[in-house]
Amino acid sequence: MSDLIQIAQETILTPVGLAEQDLDRMLGELTGNGIDAADLYFQSSRLESWVLEDGIIKEGAHNIEQGAGIRVISGEKTGFAYSDELQLPTLQEAARAARAITRSGADQSVRIAGMPMPRQLYAPINPLPSLSETEKIELLRQVDSEARQQDPRVKQVIVSLVGAYDVVLVAAIDGTLSADVRPLIRLNVHVIVEQGSRREQGSSGGGARESFDYFLDQARALGYAREAVRQALVNLDAVDAPAGAMPVVLGPGWPGVLLHEAVGHGLEGDFNRKGTSAFSGRIGEQVAAGCCTVVDDGTLPGRRGSLNVDDEGTPSRNTVLIENGILKGYMQDKHNARLMKTVSTGNGRRESYAHLPMPRMTNTYMLPGEYKPEEIIASVERGLYAVNFGGGQVDITSGRFVFSASEAYLIENGKITRPVKGATLIGNGPEAMTRVSMVGDDLKLDAGVGVCGKEGQSVPVGVGQPTLKVDELTVGGTEQ
Amino acid sequence: MAQRKAELQQRVEDLLGEAKRQGASAAEAGVSSDAGLSLTVRLGETETIEHTRDNGLGVTVYFGRRKGAASTSDLSPQALKETVAAACNFARYTSEDPCAGLADAGLMATDLPDLALYHPWKQSVEQGIERAIRCETAARELDTRIVNSEGATLNSHDGLQVYGNTHGFIGGYPSSRHSLSCAVVGKQDENMQRDYWYTLSRQGDRLQSPEQVGMTAAQRTLSRLGARQVATQQAPVLFQADVAVGLLRSFVGAIRGSTLYRKASFLLDHLGRQIFPAFIEIHEEPRLPVGLASAAYDNEGVATARRDFIRDGVLESYVLDSYAARKLGMETTGNAGGVRNLRINSGELDREGLLRKMDRGLLVTELMGQGVNMVTGDYSRGVAGFWVEGGVIQYPVEEITIAGNLRDMFMGLQEVGTDVETRSSVQSGSWLIDRMMIAGG
Repeated sequence: MSDLIQIAQETILTPVGLAEQDLDRMLGELTGNGIDAADLYFQSSRLESWVLEDGIIKEGAHNIEQGAGIRVISGEKTGFAYSDELQLPTLQEAARAARAITRSGADQSVRIAGMPMPRQLYAPINPLPSLSETEKIELLRQVDSEARQQDPRVKQVIVSLVGAYDVVLVAAIDGTLSADVRPLIRLNVHVIVEQGSRREQGSSGGGARESFDYFLDQARALGYAREAVRQALVNLDAVDAPAGAMPVVLGPGWPGVLLHEAVGHGLEGDFNRKGTSAFSGRIGEQVAAGCCTVVDDGTLPGRRGSLNVDDEGTPSRNTVLIENGILKGYMQDKHNARLMKTVSTGNGRRESYAHLPMPRMTNTYMLPGEYKPEEIIASVERGLYAVNFGGGQVDITSGRFVFSASEAYLIENGKITRPVKGATLIGNGPEAMTRVSMVGDDLKLDAGVGVCGKEGQSVPVGVGQPTLKVDELTVGGTEQ
Repeated sequence: MAQRKAELQQRVEDLLGEAKRQGASAAEAGVSSDAGLSLTVRLGETETIEHTRDNGLGVTVYFGRRKGAASTSDLSPQALKETVAAACNFARYTSEDPCAGLADAGLMATDLPDLALYHPWKQSVEQGIERAIRCETAARELDTRIVNSEGATLNSHDGLQVYGNTHGFIGGYPSSRHSLSCAVVGKQDENMQRDYWYTLSRQGDRLQSPEQVGMTAAQRTLSRLGARQVATQQAPVLFQADVAVGLLRSFVGAIRGSTLYRKASFLLDHLGRQIFPAFIEIHEEPRLPVGLASAAYDNEGVATARRDFIRDGVLESYVLDSYAARKLGMETTGNAGGVRNLRINSGELDREGLLRKMDRGLLVTELMGQGVNMVTGDYSRGVAGFWVEGGVIQYPVEEITIAGNLRDMFMGLQEVGTDVETRSSVQSGSWLIDRMMIAGG
């Protein structure tokens, strides 16, 4: 039995008097003719947040959630119920509700067994006590003062610090018994600067599956403060963005939001099983330029999007989505993999016990190419160089995606000239990917702040890419 | 329900009592309990049946001007004590904040009329599935170009919420919310498009018929087939009512207290100034019976009342809770938790009339992305919609953006339609705006 399973049992089951045999018995009641899969998902999570604003520690809050979700699958039908009470009778009631999708019933016995963990990508720690309250407050104050020291035009600084400790335990009628202990921390800095009557904002931050010490290490948190101020000051000088189709060079790291939207979502198993994605049925086809290789990798140590096992107990892995422009594979959870006659890629994720799992990304990024970033910029006569983004959105079916630049510059005659105001970039995923003409050698992953939303469920994710050039994207500025 | 309400009220009393016992000088607490059914059918078969049951409890404590908060999904007496203790612990570390505290005692709601927000929709799972199947079938059978479906989803939720604070205020009410939605995929040549429609009400029998929802979803999908780009140009833009609501929400965001005291709004210091044309009125009606956002008191227990935000185009009031109000040296507007049933007045023209008035331009039916900068008002969004010439829709367009500044867009508002979107806490007809930059091919 792995340590993680033991931690999860002691955290969730023992306090309410549940033992492994109770899970065996409950799962037994979820078996029967016509039932293809069923699982129990137990979760206990603690979240703590601090906010500094106007130079004072304004808010501190704590949240505890605990519960279990019970899922029963028959063919394409899913029955689901959950409870925030973990008493056996309540759970059995939820189990009856979940299995009501099939009328047949022939209880079989189930014996779950823990499998050895392939590897541990992060320590099974609770990050919340990793700094004392006094030290957390001191950290927030230092970030505030670092931001204010940068420039007298800084008028407002908001710093937030969030830590979460998530313990999950999954048991399924296929014998799966698996657990994960997931620390997650995040620090964000938002600043407003003022010059005359003009005001602009900038923000930065980072996070990881680590203890809070991560932010003290190499004064990381202070770097976020300087970065937020730098962005805001750049925007004070920004002129109106151009409008229309033009070459766009995307900086390394966070601009990987492009891949997340333009190809990532479209390659999730559920959309492809249903045939509603612009990438449906296109495995083996050229869907991107030959210089593009894109992976979804849940196995990067300590990363925000990484998972030891996904929320169905499947170990995460590094899945090649697009290799040299050819579509190689989809991201799968167990349910969609079963229906598509393939195997889960460890991408079955859920926001919490109160939500159904579905195929979701982990850390999605493009592998590096051969060009120096300077060469890429020098190749553009007139275009946009976008280095920071707010967020994005995609219409899976048509492939249309947008993402919003928050820091961008004009490229004129191969040189970066003036900063321009934030603008939305819009394109069509499969088309945009075939227009990638140069990929840099400077792969960078984001700093660890990504949140992905799908069907109302939010999960932490990572993105990344080297500098890359798209020959033509539509830029939504105001200057013709 | 009455018994459950009494139970939750007792929890709130217990939380406040516990907070006092642990030394808090003031406290406020909320408890909620929701239950519901959510089911999806796809291609004529049941896909998911979800039984939802959510509890939540939250407490904020004040030690003088220091504040701490904690919440949990566990309503047990033990969890209640621990939650209060966690909140009190935070209050030891947060700073003295002269603006922190409960709303003033004199502002607490004293009359708590029944706003008729609770209308349970009695139906079995089988009846729900049948409704959803009728909805999806109507969509799939409308046209052979409807080739696939994301399904139809029926949601029915009942909830109960209770709020109280140490001024002695305690209030609580049950509410319900039901919806039916449908999304289908259409295909023509190699072009695939998806669109959806939904109906939403506190009363199950006030929803649009399943067939109507399905057919509207299918018609919307079909109308997008063959969409193309238009050339980059300046042109008038008509925001269809369901997306115009988003512009109204941006307006509300810009006059919200928390945005203003952070100096993060492009409408900073605009009180008493003209920000819309003189024919525009915007007000809220928080005590509307059966309203989607109705409440007799706000999230701090403050009595709600009808309020004008824009009169004759002039900004009359911000949207404030007591904290933001103190920061700005003003009085709360009873908007802790947001605006309730906000409405912009309509002119005389329906959507067709607005298309004729626009003559040539862009009808926007979908907005994509987050390109609204509240600090500067800069606005740049991805859109889909239709190109209009001679007041008549010519063809669907996509993969284009529109850009401008919200300040100019508000002042450039030509007319608001009579085709009011009512499925939202913020309600509006279509907006015709004089001109924006369109970026396309």
